[in-house]
Amino acid sequence: MDNLFSYDLEVPVNDNDHIAGNSNAKITLIEYGDYQCPHCGRAYPIVKKLQEDFNSDLRFVFRNFPLTQIHEYAFEAAESAELADKYGKFWEMHDKIFENQDKLDVPHLVSFAESFGINGTEFFNRLETKEMAPKIKSDFMSGVESGVNGTPSFFINGKKYEGSWEYDDFKEILNYLLKK
Amino acid sequence: MSNQSKNTLIPLAVGVKAPDFKLQIGNGDLNPVPENFKNLGDYKGKNLILAFYPADWSAVCGSQIALYNELIPTFREYDAEIIGISVDGVFCHKAFKETNNMAIELLCDFEPKGKYSRDYKSYNEQLGLCERALYVIDKEGVIRYSYISPMSVNPGAKELLSTLKSIQNG
Repeated sequence: MDNLFSYDLEVPVNDNDHIAGNSNAKITLIEYGDYQCPHCGRAYPIVKKLQEDFNSDLRFVFRNFPLTQIHEYAFEAAESAELADKYGKFWEMHDKIFENQDKLDVPHLVSFAESFGINGTEFFNRLETKEMAPKIKSDFMSGVESGVNGTPSFFINGKKYEGSWEYDDFKEILNYLLKK
Repeated sequence: MSNQSKNTLIPLAVGVKAPDFKLQIGNGDLNPVPENFKNLGDYKGKNLILAFYPADWSAVCGSQIALYNELIPTFREYDAEIIGISVDGVFCHKAFKETNNMAIELLCDFEPKGKYSRDYKSYNEQLGLCERALYVIDKEGVIRYSYISPMSVNPGAKELLSTLKSIQNG
């Protein structure tokens, strides 16, 4: 199993991260993802199911790795999720985006925010300022430095996971690590 | 690309002067005029990353080149340019770039096929394709990093960035 892992995570999980789950979980799963990437879209329900399966044994962290040149809406989507965090709605926005990957233009992103009770005009204006750009860039560069080469890239307990992230394979490796 | 190649090639060594090249730009213009070609001297005074890769439309190449395309502004912070090189022709590169909305410079080692990739020990004779090879060449034209990745593995940019940082820090 050890040959399924490569690079070390260069930036450990910290207060700037979005963390779902038990802070004392035995397994920390980090995804470097791009909200417009179809593969990340396919990984989304798999990760969700693993979160349910492993419950308090798993904490999940999402970091931005948008390929903004090839994906027209990837930056605005990342910006929207980061901005939603300012309203306490990061995971709601993260989920909404992955569940609506075909609707990621700014009017839709603003309407997602409104559906969480966020003032749409204010949200739009804040998006325009690009105030979340440094956070997104910082996530991206931490990924590059940790060997992220595309999306989704997963790190498990601080090591880059090179194996399959299909549900059964992913579950098997997490089970193995849990029992190790 | 899958595991068709055994990685027996050894890249040119660090510290060696980088060989010159003259490669046609993948801009869809076949006209053999000088402005449609790039050579090493065109990058004089800059650090230069050469990314040899097997083929424009393969999945691994697509994600590797897309990553480098995204990193163009970051590489420029280190006074570095990046070019991708494969044996694909000018129309293929142009279509690949346009389809993926990429600005990265892609050059064609097309005719004679693989000539400069061979000079860089980055040509797979069996497959007739470039290996997935990376070079960082400094402003004096000296190779500072060289690596040939297994063909099925996207090597990312970690080592490129750390090499550029070490060049910058002297």
